[in-house]
Amino acid sequence: MIAHSVFFYIFSLIAIVSALMVTVSKNTVHSVFFLILDFISISCLFIMIGAEFLGMIMLIVYVGAVAVLFLFVVMMLNVAEQKGQWFSSRWDGGTHIPIGLLVSLIIFFELIIVIGGWKYKPDLLNSLSVNISSDVTNTRSIGNVLYTDYILLFQISGMILLVAMIGAIVLTFRERAGVKRQSYVKQISRERDEGVDLVHVEKNKGVKIDA
Amino acid sequence: MDSYFSILFTEVYKILFLLVPVLVSVAMIVWLDRRVWAFVQKRRGPNVVGPFGLFQSLADALKYIFKEIIIPASSNKLVFVLAPVVTMTLALISWAVIPFGEDFVLADINVGILYLFAVSSLGVYGIIMGGWASNSKYPFLGAIRSAAQMVSYEVSIGVIIINVLLCVGSLNLSDIVMAQQNLWFVIPLFPMFVIFFISALAETNRPPFDLPEAEAELVAGYQTEYSGMMYAMFWLGEYANILLMCAMGAVLFLGGWLSPIDIFPFNAIPGPFWLIFKILFLFILFALVKATVPRYRYDQLMKLGWKIFLPFSLFYVVLTSSFLLYFDLLPGK
Repeated sequence: MIAHSVFFYIFSLIAIVSALMVTVSKNTVHSVFFLILDFISISCLFIMIGAEFLGMIMLIVYVGAVAVLFLFVVMMLNVAEQKGQWFSSRWDGGTHIPIGLLVSLIIFFELIIVIGGWKYKPDLLNSLSVNISSDVTNTRSIGNVLYTDYILLFQISGMILLVAMIGAIVLTFRERAGVKRQSYVKQISRERDEGVDLVHVEKNKGVKIDA
Repeated sequence: MDSYFSILFTEVYKILFLLVPVLVSVAMIVWLDRRVWAFVQKRRGPNVVGPFGLFQSLADALKYIFKEIIIPASSNKLVFVLAPVVTMTLALISWAVIPFGEDFVLADINVGILYLFAVSSLGVYGIIMGGWASNSKYPFLGAIRSAAQMVSYEVSIGVIIINVLLCVGSLNLSDIVMAQQNLWFVIPLFPMFVIFFISALAETNRPPFDLPEAEAELVAGYQTEYSGMMYAMFWLGEYANILLMCAMGAVLFLGGWLSPIDIFPFNAIPGPFWLIFKILFLFILFALVKATVPRYRYDQLMKLGWKIFLPFSLFYVVLTSSFLLYFDLLPGK
């Protein structure tokens, strides 16, 4: 039990410190690396409370896919130009700060509401959520709930994601002129007659090529 | 407290018992790779150091250890040093869940296959970190190529895993092997096995998909700036990943530690040996592909991943699940 709480404190300390470092560090690429560290330590915490499926999915989706795309975008940005502009000491009109304050206030109040809910109605969690029996693996129990009681919400969220994906593709797609595309069918279906022409050349006459 | 330490020591002992053979076999597998490659091309390959050149990899490793480690002046030093460490660690920790026999596995966790998938998807980071921290053009281009390639092929590997899981009804690797007692999944899911094999080649940056380190264009890709032991760690991590992919293929499709037929001379051989035979079989296939197939162009690689493998494996998921549903074969009822 002691080892358990020691590990809990180690992982939560890493999670909090790296979350802080995401916002504090000057280098944007370092920020993304700290974000990845944060995701990993949070998935460790998930695994520690026995939510192994959630922890692994967190690793696969956030660390394996989302953060890679983050890194891509951040590495491609011309970071050197923007260095010192964001959060700089000189006042650049303060466009980021009011919005940032608003968002953090909203999140703060949401946290107050959630924690207040626990405080004043301790059995809230039990009345809202499905009881999980310990003899079923949690992959199975998530599947049992997700594909029966919440199938409609699950399908709708899938549809929303699909629409968002198609929308993003449509918005960024542009047809480029003059691109030579390889066509396997055309390459493979080339016959000998079309490609090679056997010509009997008369002596001292030569051949006209572009006949 | 005393029992805590005794548990700790037995675990450390078990981990060493697994990792030391893995590391030694990585060195041996490099030798095997080069020998097969040479055999196909009618060369001799490494045959000088030791019997049949067996100690060639050890000699190479010794050379790497004694070489100077050069860290470029304009690199991001911490990330630069961290990158090979990350690659190596991720390549080794995934061996924890590979079952070598019944109850012969380091960590028999419920979500074993997800763990393998997660760790192999983390493998991108070693490469991106190395490429970015080198602060040089070739490594960066190599890292970007490699990351795009690995993310693309992970998608199809994920869908292939879903195919297998539909037939098993569990995410535990031992359960996956036990579900193949009557029929290895390579027979009903043969197209998926082929796609898995090709995706594994792409996932481990092996030829014909070795664009991240295409020497004609990018010198050595993300490892260009690395030298000495740090280069060797990238190299070891790469081969450990290849072995891991072979092990994954053996567990998912070739029945893991099970013997091909359950009669006397075959089932007398212990399970771990069967798994090792299967891993070696897949690895020799990897080596043969390396020796025979020319390198893909980048657009062909992406087209293969997204436009051919992904739709086909998705279609196969529908096919497998409808088949299981129609003939009432769905597991876990």
